Amino acid sequence: MANLKELSKNAERLTGGHRLCAGCGAGAVARQTLIAAGDKPVVVVSATGCLEVSTTVFPYSAWKTPFFHSAFENSAATASGIEAAYVSLKKQGKINDDIRFIAFGGDGGTYDIGLQSLSGAMERGHRMLYVCYNNEAYMNTGIQRSGATPKGASTTTAPAGKVKQGKEQFRKDLTAIMVAHNIPYVAQSIIGNWNDYTTKVQKALDTDGPSFINVLQPCRLGWGYKPEDTMELARLAVDTCLWPCFEVVNGVYKLTLRPRGEKKPITEFLKLQNRFKHLFKPENAGIIESMQASVDAKWNKILALCGETK
Amino acid sequence: MVKAIYPKGKIVAKTGNEVMAEAMRQISPDVVAAYPITPATEIVQIFSQFVADGRVPTEYVAVESEHSAMSATIAASVAGARAMTGTSSQGFALMWEMLYIAAGLRLPIVMAEVNRALSAPINIHGDQSDTMGARDAGWIQIYSENSQEAYDNMIQSVKIAEKAKLPTMVTTDGFIISHCMEVVEVYPDEDVKAFVGEYKPERALLDYKKPFTLGAIELQDYYFEHRWQLAEGMRNAKKIVLDVAQEFKNKFGREYGFYEKYKMDDAEVAIVTIGSAAGTTKFVIDELREKGIKAGLIKIRVYRPFPADEIAKDLSKVKAFAVLDRSDSCSGTFAPVYLDVVSALFANGLNIKSENYVYGLGGREISTEHIAEVYSKLGKIAKGEIAPSKTVEYINVRIK
Repeated sequence: MANLKELSKNAERLTGGHRLCAGCGAGAVARQTLIAAGDKPVVVVSATGCLEVSTTVFPYSAWKTPFFHSAFENSAATASGIEAAYVSLKKQGKINDDIRFIAFGGDGGTYDIGLQSLSGAMERGHRMLYVCYNNEAYMNTGIQRSGATPKGASTTTAPAGKVKQGKEQFRKDLTAIMVAHNIPYVAQSIIGNWNDYTTKVQKALDTDGPSFINVLQPCRLGWGYKPEDTMELARLAVDTCLWPCFEVVNGVYKLTLRPRGEKKPITEFLKLQNRFKHLFKPENAGIIESMQASVDAKWNKILALCGETK
Repeated sequence: MVKAIYPKGKIVAKTGNEVMAEAMRQISPDVVAAYPITPATEIVQIFSQFVADGRVPTEYVAVESEHSAMSATIAASVAGARAMTGTSSQGFALMWEMLYIAAGLRLPIVMAEVNRALSAPINIHGDQSDTMGARDAGWIQIYSENSQEAYDNMIQSVKIAEKAKLPTMVTTDGFIISHCMEVVEVYPDEDVKAFVGEYKPERALLDYKKPFTLGAIELQDYYFEHRWQLAEGMRNAKKIVLDVAQEFKNKFGREYGFYEKYKMDDAEVAIVTIGSAAGTTKFVIDELREKGIKAGLIKIRVYRPFPADEIAKDLSKVKAFAVLDRSDSCSGTFAPVYLDVVSALFANGLNIKSENYVYGLGGREISTEHIAEVYSKLGKIAKGEIAPSKTVEYINVRIK
């Protein structure tokens, strides 16, 4: 369990002054990740995306730790190459310190275009933490649907219109895909519960092998809500069981967060966001019902995997 | 046939792929990330065995694609490692995005590349379409006529890349050189290691106490300057290539330059080409010379940076020349090497009658007869009996 007092003493390795939107959760993900890393030397890489472009507008950089970006689909392959260099140079006695490697990718760069690179890196077993800052669409290019976009959400490439009501497919379960790689540490978390997230980052960084965290990160622009609601919206995703927070350590599931109070209907989460506005027309009630049914089924499945009761 | 030149050298029989792997073993890079592809597979396969047997300290990253191969190689180089890879054809094409990034970041990566045709139709044999397509990627390109050159070029390329701060690819013609067993002189490990030297990067991402950001976004205000620096780096690389060749000659005895001139001193008709076809051309030249025909050859070794002024000077006295391209640009005009050669001549105020031939696509054979025919036509053009063709001509292809 992370300790806020201790964490507050840690160095800030993502400085302010970057160009992320007011209320953006991606900056908070990166900042909390680095704070959780404490005084461990870390090398950070990122896929092309909001986080990368907004924090590295040349000649400025918000990163006070080594940072590298090369392309969109290769964050995991990039971390692989750096880790391989580290292993080689350490073996040759040219490096002595322990260094940790953190790769960031958005959901587009992780679920979709970077999935092959991620799968390869996890299978090869490079010691790295891969953080998917998941805002459920391609936000950097202007809110296009991704494999992480939930059913019913309106995006610019799966918009709600006269005959279609946003994305028609359920999102893929990337966290389960990562679990299927049999890596030692996999977790889902949210930005909005610092303790849940930073504890997971610390466990992941202490894991001798590859680790993966899928962190739900509301995007005020893409989701359409007031900038000050980012953290609360993420917590609502937990309260509605839309985004279960759990960890899988060496294959063993453990639930880490439960809803605050009674489990809420997903409409409590949906109604605060413009991307779901069209679903509240009477004729779309069936879509919400199917989404609720899917959330319930997934939640029950996670509870069972975690050995928890309702 | 290769003869021993270096007193401590050893004559061995090896294929192009084997000598490239051997050079990599002697160079002992810190990281190799690669993915198998015919006909380059053997290079990394043999190298993997060196890793498995503990003969090199290299971390071998068996990535899941060539895109990741180049991505991981780039990252290892940024981290501060000496990093290499190898590929061919479709794999090279899959790396495309990352080739430009390797150059834009000025990383001294070395790639062993085996030239192979590009799909479609799928074909595994030798032509130069793959690397020719990346001629504007910002990589130094060094082509090899035979296994000896492939070996020597690999050793030199590490020094060239690190001095020029430019990624460098060394190529051989697929199967013709990659799989052909030839006599090669190899040098002792310690002498190659001493020649290549220890890699001391200016900065390394793993040096976390001196953090820096690499791969930042640059917009209208900075991008252009960095791309200009890349182009300038390529211009400056010409001297570096020659300096390293001189060092190599001083150490191992073999002479290299931007290109090899074969009987060009008094040549009236000349062929300019790249790669293994040069050997066949030399054979034809010797026959023609016996008949009193003054034929010559320029075999380009360093295609990027392109030695424009030098080639223009060496072609200035011929009456007619032909450029034999082992790739087609499908541009409606001419093939890549020809375009570079004629623009070099034009910029130097020279207007010499010339022809452009595309040959050998997908490994199609080019014989001594085909080359003799080119010289025969060049002879007629030189005498003014016929005019040069205004379009690209094709050798040994069934048309109509």
